[in-house]
Amino acid sequence: MEKFTLKINGESKEVTAEDDMPLLWALRDMLGMKGTKFGCGQALCGACTVLVDGEAMRSCSLPVSAVGDQEVVTIEGLSENGDHALQKAWVEHIVPQCGYCQTGQIMNAAALLNRNPNPSDEEIESSMAGNLCRCGTYNRIKDAIKTASQNI
Amino acid sequence: MRPTFPFFKPKEETDKSKIFKPSRRDFLKVSSLATGGFFLGITFQCSGPKGSDLIFAPNAYLNIDADNLITIVAHRSEMGTGIRTSLPMIIADELGADWSKVKIIQAEGDEDKYGDQNTDGSYSVRMFYEPMRRAGATARHMLLLAASQKWKVAMDDCYTENGMVHHTESEKSISFGDLVSEVQKMEIPRSEDVILKPFSDYKLIGKDIPIYDAKDIATGKAIFGADVDLDKMKIAVIKRCPVVGGKAISVNDTAALAISGVEKTVKIEGAGLPAGLDKPLEGIAVIATNTWAAIKGRDALEVDWDLGENKEYDSAAQLQEMLKSTEEKGKVRRARGDFEEAMNSASKTIERTYELPYYAHATIEPPAAIANYSNGKCEVWAPSQHPQWARGAVATALGIEVEDVTMNVTLLGGGFGRKSKPDFIVEAAILSKEMNGPVRVQWTREDDLHHDFYHALSAQRIRASLDGSRKLVGWNHHTVFPAIGATSNPAEIHPSDGELGLGCVDFPYDVPNIRIETHESKAHTRIGWLRSVSNIHHSFAINCMMDEVAEARSIDPINNALEMLGEDRNLSFKEELDGDFSNYGESIEEYPWETGRMKAVIQRVAKEAGWGQRLGGNKAMGFACQKSFLTYVACIVIAEKGDDGKIKVSDVHYAVDCGIGVNTDRIRSQFEGGAQFAHGLATSSAITFKNGKVEQNNFDTYLITRMPQAPKKYHIHIVESMEKPTGVGEPPVPPYAPALANAVYKLTGKRQYKLPFSI
Ligand code: FES
Ligand code: FES
Repeated sequence: MEKFTLKINGESKEVTAEDDMPLLWALRDMLGMKGTKFGCGQALCGACTVLVDGEAMRSCSLPVSAVGDQEVVTIEGLSENGDHALQKAWVEHIVPQCGYCQTGQIMNAAALLNRNPNPSDEEIESSMAGNLCRCGTYNRIKDAIKTASQNI
Repeated sequence: MRPTFPFFKPKEETDKSKIFKPSRRDFLKVSSLATGGFFLGITFQCSGPKGSDLIFAPNAYLNIDADNLITIVAHRSEMGTGIRTSLPMIIADELGADWSKVKIIQAEGDEDKYGDQNTDGSYSVRMFYEPMRRAGATARHMLLLAASQKWKVAMDDCYTENGMVHHTESEKSISFGDLVSEVQKMEIPRSEDVILKPFSDYKLIGKDIPIYDAKDIATGKAIFGADVDLDKMKIAVIKRCPVVGGKAISVNDTAALAISGVEKTVKIEGAGLPAGLDKPLEGIAVIATNTWAAIKGRDALEVDWDLGENKEYDSAAQLQEMLKSTEEKGKVRRARGDFEEAMNSASKTIERTYELPYYAHATIEPPAAIANYSNGKCEVWAPSQHPQWARGAVATALGIEVEDVTMNVTLLGGGFGRKSKPDFIVEAAILSKEMNGPVRVQWTREDDLHHDFYHALSAQRIRASLDGSRKLVGWNHHTVFPAIGATSNPAEIHPSDGELGLGCVDFPYDVPNIRIETHESKAHTRIGWLRSVSNIHHSFAINCMMDEVAEARSIDPINNALEMLGEDRNLSFKEELDGDFSNYGESIEEYPWETGRMKAVIQRVAKEAGWGQRLGGNKAMGFACQKSFLTYVACIVIAEKGDDGKIKVSDVHYAVDCGIGVNTDRIRSQFEGGAQFAHGLATSSAITFKNGKVEQNNFDTYLITRMPQAPKKYHIHIVESMEKPTGVGEPPVPPYAPALANAVYKLTGKRQYKLPFSI
């Protein structure tokens, strides 16, 4: 067991864990932050996506010991009042069905807009290819990302 | 409680509803949900065991408090269909409530309080549309009466809107909250005095209404199964026997216990064979202080298994046997005329076989459940589609009374039929009892794909005979797949009447000679139901064959379907069946099979998609139609071949007649999602078994549709209808794969006889 100091959503948080524990489980089990979801554990579904220094990372495959002093942003910290342009667009387009994959989708989309504020359809598709949605909300996700890109 | 299939729904449930003022006792039972104010219970008649009296139990509650807050208890599980929004919408609309002041609370799983809560089989809106309207109308009636008495005006001159009662002439108005104390003293009006609003007055029903949970989901606040946290909760991850029916002979847990955070291992006794629909598989649970330790501990376990009688099971070999069996005469399940004779005198018989694999549900939320056992009582939190079944199964497994189990339903991260089975919830309960404290059972993706209740693999053979004038005169359909019932009863070696009623014996076309046959097959794994159940394979085979029939007749497939549906009339299959026609649990008189409604959706989709127009060489349209869950659906898929030779779907058109559409946005979203779901079934997903074990482990081998492969555009055409509402969760799935296959044929000249096919 080791003690790690993580920078999460602008705050510094202490976690005592084995160094191979994925960030996902540190967030969920140790810090009680449940917005980041578990879907596959193998970087295949994107449900666990968070931002690490602004880039989308699969927290299920990122050991807590590898985070270091990089800035982690989770869905809880994406905006203060749930009013990030993406979150608003998500509600406007009524994207969610069951909703389980959606926090990962939003975080992945946030990383996309960070590096490409005006993505084309093809760019959206290829950037979002790692985020699975079993309910089938891809078309609305695409529309919501486009709406958000206008308002960011 | 006996396992119920989605399509074996007892009909009586919807027949009568009663609105009442809950007794003080009832009030206390749900008082944590609603605080004071005017309180109304709504009960739908529930069917008791056969022959017994019908029991009345409140199914939903409506509370209006002095601050104008309206609380509605939703008794159906939310798994993405929007039902938690749609049912309260119906009450609120009749009531004339201010929708922004409506709060929705999820009911716990409790048959006494809420009646049957099984959320399966696309029937929530179908069953509860009328009762919900009556509930809202009753409360409105009482509010109007209270206001009119206060103002000393005629009740008929008053109306409700946006949470207020208004008097037309004087323009007086008063909020619902200000009437609460008067209404509380009133008796419930007689049901014949309560008048439902005309459809044209609805402000919510028939419109696009955002789902209640959208913002919570987008901000990560929505609570799914695994998100429930209890003090001192332990986490369990289980190593289950990789072959259904196997048993553990010996366990070496030394390495597992050496992992930091791992506290204990516990053996869970499996059901053996038959595996059953509500029992855990044999397994060894690793209990730890956190999920990661539990996963690592599980991976470090060494277990010696007796794999049991399925240890050599090979799904490819079974499929070949099943296919072979269709060459022989089977058990005749529907007969009209003399097919043999028709085939012998036919000028042409087209004979094709169709093969479909097992499918896993693969909800993005893997099963997870939390149980807290102490002093002979157990409280459970789980993403359950069927909380009462879970409650009963937990009570049985723990040897306690059903009343001592409290079942809390979280949001479901997808269901599709998987989460009606309570096996994972029972695991949590058993482990919690063992630990005498709270435990969360967490399934990994590998667990989910290895130990699902799969959609059955299937083989079919269809013979279609044409006479000299190119009329279809004979139809012979053989279908073989392990029955859902075989999971509990190995003696069930033929598909049940219920499963055949899903798109097989309800073959609607006007063919003078029909013979539908089934063959024997055994279940070597756990068979369950997946979004639209046997409609998936039946619709694929029939619609692909109909496309070939149209071609052989040199008729356009749409015209072929329209012609063969014949005159507008109601079909009844009963006389020709050996067995019952399930009709999704409804009587055929009340929900007839109307050829006119099917023809109307076909014509609508053809018109909207521009069927017949020239698309250019790299695009083609394919058509299929399927009535399922009492909803009529026609589908046109437009496929496009790219420069790289790969085929993509550019457009999907659906025309749907589901009777009255309650939340039109959620109807569209179900069809969009249904197409994406079916796209995976059609082009990439398959579960296979070798040596009794599932060969796929995660999303790198069980492939579901990703955004780049998904259809690009959706056009959902909802037929305006005043017919009774019917399901929309499952009906989009069946026609999609055959419509795509028929489009692919036009592009490539190659017919598809197996799913999945790569494009
Ligand atoms: S849980 Fe991390 S990518 Fe699936
Ligand atoms: S909304 Fe259900 S998995 Fe995406």
